[in-house]
Amino acid sequence: MRRFPAMPQTVSSAPAVFAPWADPQARPLIEFRGVTKRFGSFTAVDGLDLKIYEREFFALLGPSGCGKTTLMRMLAGFEEVTEGQILLEGRDLAGVPPNRRPVNMMFQSYALFPHLSVWDNIAFGLRRDRLPRDVIAERVEEMLKLVQLTRFARRKPHQISGGQKQRVALARALAKAPKLLLLDEPLGALDKKLRQETQFELMGIQEKTGTTFVIVTHDQEEAMTVASRVAVMRDGRLEQVDTPDRIYEFPANAYVADFIGEINLIEGRLAAVEGETARLHWAEGQTPLGGLAPKPAPAAGEKVTLAIRPEKVRISSERPAGAANAVRGRIEDIAYLGNISTYHVVLSTGHVLRAQTVNTDRFHAREHTWGEDVWLSWSDSAGLVLKG
Amino acid sequence: MRRFSWFNLTSLTLGFAFLYLPMLILIVYSFNASKLVTVWAGFSTRWYGELIRNEAFLDAAWVTLRVAVVSSTLATVLGTMAAHALVRGGRFLGRTLFSGMIYAPLVMPEVITGLSLLLLFIAIDLDRGITTIVLAHTTFSMCYVSVVVSSRLVSFDRSIEEAALDLGCTPFEAFRLVTLPIIAPAVIAGWLLAFTLSLDDLVIASFTAGPSATTLPIKIFSSVRLGVSPEINALSTILIAIVAVGVITASLISKRSIARQMQDTRAAIAGA
Ligand SMILES: Nc1ncnc2c1ncn2[C@@H]1O[C@H](COP(=O)(O)OP(=O)(O)OP(=O)(O)O)[C@@H](O)[C@H]1O
Ligand SMILES: [Mg+2]
Repeated sequence: MRRFPAMPQTVSSAPAVFAPWADPQARPLIEFRGVTKRFGSFTAVDGLDLKIYEREFFALLGPSGCGKTTLMRMLAGFEEVTEGQILLEGRDLAGVPPNRRPVNMMFQSYALFPHLSVWDNIAFGLRRDRLPRDVIAERVEEMLKLVQLTRFARRKPHQISGGQKQRVALARALAKAPKLLLLDEPLGALDKKLRQETQFELMGIQEKTGTTFVIVTHDQEEAMTVASRVAVMRDGRLEQVDTPDRIYEFPANAYVADFIGEINLIEGRLAAVEGETARLHWAEGQTPLGGLAPKPAPAAGEKVTLAIRPEKVRISSERPAGAANAVRGRIEDIAYLGNISTYHVVLSTGHVLRAQTVNTDRFHAREHTWGEDVWLSWSDSAGLVLKG
Repeated sequence: MRRFSWFNLTSLTLGFAFLYLPMLILIVYSFNASKLVTVWAGFSTRWYGELIRNEAFLDAAWVTLRVAVVSSTLATVLGTMAAHALVRGGRFLGRTLFSGMIYAPLVMPEVITGLSLLLLFIAIDLDRGITTIVLAHTTFSMCYVSVVVSSRLVSFDRSIEEAALDLGCTPFEAFRLVTLPIIAPAVIAGWLLAFTLSLDDLVIASFTAGPSATTLPIKIFSSVRLGVSPEINALSTILIAIVAVGVITASLISKRSIARQMQDTRAAIAGA
């Protein structure tokens, strides 16, 4: 008989560090080896290598049409791999039909069975396993409790709200306790508040069940919130796979830097490298600007980009004494977002830089005004010098 | 609400009169007491009584009914399978040719369909009788079923079937447990359509019927050539009633399923 993993009601304190990807001995749950998928002459996924470990919450991020859904569908078995292999616990998945894979998918459209009640939708997968009635009933009740839908068990899908549908779809995919759960933009239809609630609910479920999650999302904030690691995709390739904080603080290239969060990008040529710091020539007659040097450091004169987040740029009326990098400009625009304000500052060179301040004082939310001449400054370790 | 103009009213009346007046006359005269078809002599159900005692008509009716039930059931099974293969089967060799071919009988003159079937039955040396009529009716009504079913299949979300596979169904189980219940209204409508088509087919049945089995339309047609009798009127009235019930049921079923679909969509939009 099938045993489902126990679900403790209280979450035990978080383990010391969860980072199986850093351990070369760790065996991945899923491994992509040079996976390519072509539709006719169009390449949707291009020579992809990726390892996903057990108990991970893995987020796939990328612009529309970059191949995220295709990747998921190959994992679930709806799409055949053109080249390369996908391994699950070391076994090649080629030729294994969807119904024989220990993988369940939560569809973007939810794909609930319209003719079955919420209860029967959740029980559907369990019944296919020919489990005894009482085991099924127990499991379904457990799932209903988990997604807080016990009251709606007898309703048909068309009688419940969008958010409730989404939770039914989640419960249905979770019920079979799959090794791997694929979520394709699972929260796309929800409003911001419900979406945030559900994100935390998802993380809670993941912690309780220990299932490995792969989630596709358009919303980078969502990816940062829920994921243990984030992969940024572009045109069927992976640009960077890393933890959310490293993706944010140490983007591998200008594309990733620009895709995740707001960032100022200043193009130039490498002037010199002194220890950790690299300086770049960015405009005629201006002092070179500094940031953390890429490793290995490129040769002087090569094309580089300085990337600096707006919240790391200070704005002031006077030139701050001893600032490592300081430029002068005029405020062109102010975006007031309540908690923060973003200043758009035009430099004499024509560059537009953004600086953010936190509005801690209600009556001094706008310390600076339109047209004011200001100084922007940052430390050498605040920015990143990226190749290319 | 817009008021009807005289012009609209007139054209509507004329149109409906043109369509239904002949039938109305037929129905009225089936309750005529007189033996002369064109002379009204008071209300009577006499001809219905005579009809029940007419062995030849009853035999033909029985044959027609059996043919209709068996052939429409076969056509529904085959037509649904064909629709599923064409809509869901993905790309396979000659798919376009296939989908074109399945609709060809819709526009093919019945005489040609009947003739070619007749030649086939002669070629394979099959005695003409109830079996051959069933086969012929299955063949020509199958494509109607497949048109009705495939229009429903096209409109439904493929990922619902994928979800079934994902949750452990074999492709056949996914069809039986998920696809079929969802397209059931279309399948039933298809069956009713095939049933009525078989019930009132004259041309193809005359090609494929043999001396051992005659269907009602053939019987009516051959007896009318000897003169219209009130009995025929009574019989036709019964047929009209059966067909009308079939058509109305079919349209009610599909209307209800459309209404439900719209309700689902509205609920989904409102909930989102
Ligand atoms: N069955 C198919 N036939 C041909 N091309 C396809 C097919 N499925 C996907 N593609 C193409 O492959 C590319 C990747 O599609 P995919 O659905 O994986 O994108 P995505 O990253 O999920 O995008 P989105 O964020 O918009 O959902 C797209 O350019 C798409 O047009
Ligand atoms: Mg997608």
